[in-house]
Amino acid sequence: MIRFLARRLLIMIPVLFFVSLIVFALINLIPGDAARLFLGEEAPPEAVAVLRHELGLDQPVYVQYLRWVGGMLHGNFGYSFKDHRPVLATVLEKVPVTGELTAASLIVAWAIAIPAGAVAAWRQRTAADYGASAAALVGLSIPNFWLGIMLIYLFAVHLHWLPASGWTPLYQDVGRNLRALLMPACVLGLVLAAVVMRQLRSSMVEVLSADFVRTAKAKGLGGRVVVIRHALRNAVIPVITVMGIQMGTLLGGAVITETIFAVPGLGQLTINSIYGRDYPMLEGVVLFSALAILLINLVVDIVYSLIDPRIKLAGGRS
Amino acid sequence: MSVALPGAPRAAKRAAAAPRGFRHLLRRFARNRLAAGGLALFVLIVLAAAFAPWVAPFSPIKTDFTAYLQAPSARHLMGTDELGRDILSRLVFGARASLEAGVISVGLAIAAGLPLGLAAGYYGGRLGDVLMRLTDAMLAFPPLILALAVAAVLGPGLGKAMIAIAVVLAPVFMRLTRAEVLQQREREYVEAVRAIGAWDSRIIWRHLLPNSLAPIVVQGSLAIAGAIITEATLSFLGLGTQPPTPSWGSMLNAAQQYLSQAPWLSFWPGIAIAVTVFALNVAGDGLREIWDPRTR
Repeated sequence: MIRFLARRLLIMIPVLFFVSLIVFALINLIPGDAARLFLGEEAPPEAVAVLRHELGLDQPVYVQYLRWVGGMLHGNFGYSFKDHRPVLATVLEKVPVTGELTAASLIVAWAIAIPAGAVAAWRQRTAADYGASAAALVGLSIPNFWLGIMLIYLFAVHLHWLPASGWTPLYQDVGRNLRALLMPACVLGLVLAAVVMRQLRSSMVEVLSADFVRTAKAKGLGGRVVVIRHALRNAVIPVITVMGIQMGTLLGGAVITETIFAVPGLGQLTINSIYGRDYPMLEGVVLFSALAILLINLVVDIVYSLIDPRIKLAGGRS
Repeated sequence: MSVALPGAPRAAKRAAAAPRGFRHLLRRFARNRLAAGGLALFVLIVLAAAFAPWVAPFSPIKTDFTAYLQAPSARHLMGTDELGRDILSRLVFGARASLEAGVISVGLAIAAGLPLGLAAGYYGGRLGDVLMRLTDAMLAFPPLILALAVAAVLGPGLGKAMIAIAVVLAPVFMRLTRAEVLQQREREYVEAVRAIGAWDSRIIWRHLLPNSLAPIVVQGSLAIAGAIITEATLSFLGLGTQPPTPSWGSMLNAAQQYLSQAPWLSFWPGIAIAVTVFALNVAGDGLREIWDPRTR
């Protein structure tokens, strides 16, 4: 267990190094330079030179990289071009909003995908299976921003049931918060539900053909008990282990969903920093999203290894 | 090409499916009616895009201020936009941007990922380790956020959007090729070829590559579907195709401010994306079913 943890953490070091290198390279690959781009073509050269010096752009590239990484190790992720506030503070401010949206979307996705995937695998090659699988394929094919626009048209413009956009924080007004949350969470959740449902179906098909399921059936346990108690439990685990991928889908989807529904989270911050050429902020958000996903993967791996005797348990319990 | 030994049932199964089986595979694919239908639909869309000037009833960029924001009618089947341009014609021409983006970005990703995956899988060692950690790092970014950041740095434009999408997809193909090569490398037929004294380059290009191709083709067809959505997303955000060239994503972008007035502007481009991507997904799933020995 400890050796596994040590190995897992050691692998993280080169990955983190490459992550930082990619983000750093991105910003330094900007054709022209960030200071000139930010100040505009007409800016006096002196002002550009001052900003370049302020940003350390007049230093050799490796010095810039080391200073940047060194700063981050001290909790300094740089300062926004726009409001000169520390990047990290702004990013952390947005985390609760995107966190709430992500959690709500996960609930929507799993609430749809787990029953649908289980039934599709249990009743393989029936109308229920074909229906659920086709619906998942359609879900994968719909661009989520278009789904968002269509929902806005239907529920906000046409029926006036929900606000088209805007956000009220949870601590201010729970009801308004939930009304604002509903559509974006459904848009994000539906696309993810398609992904999760397909994963769950294929892992469930595999589990259902395993020996212990046959034993359970032979023991005379009813179909539903076997499916829920034995098969589903085991089939859900591989679906949870790819949480990292799901989070990638959600965080990427949040960018566009938050833009459409005007939700002030990390996604909107990403887009605003792209439009506003706020490169330190963009750097911070991109880096933060990668770190978040690495962290989630690490936690899932550790939890998974803690409950690893699953294989033995599964065999012994049946 | 490959030598099937009697003691290797899986290798033999694979080898048997490779050269002889192309027509056999085609027949299996055709029998999967949904997949064949998806492929036919996709071919139809490609043809419509290729012959757009003959298919589209109007010019996609010529404006007509006497007929702006018209609802769908017999003359304009899908209505007109804020500049009086025919939506159907813009959709047909817009297919070009989407299809180009899908095919070229996936082609670029394979061109970059395949050789690296072959090298990492065949030689392994230090190079393999470094490449694995590099792809670990690239895959840690949410795909859309990485594509957005690359596109933002490169600047707007369809070609740049394609590069951004290729950057995101390349590690996927590298990992896939590597995994496949690792499996093939230990097979008896590779040992046999090596025993005859074949060079590494011959083993890699004549034996490992052709035998690893099936999953790459499957992943490729599904990746094109994903790339079409990503291009539409980038264009929707103003980072892909630039006006007046029509593309499904930028049409949706422009349509947003007329949502309550002219909802059909927002409706049709989304349907076009969904139908194209659905066709590719269905065809890709069908390919996977006939090529992946595990699902047989």
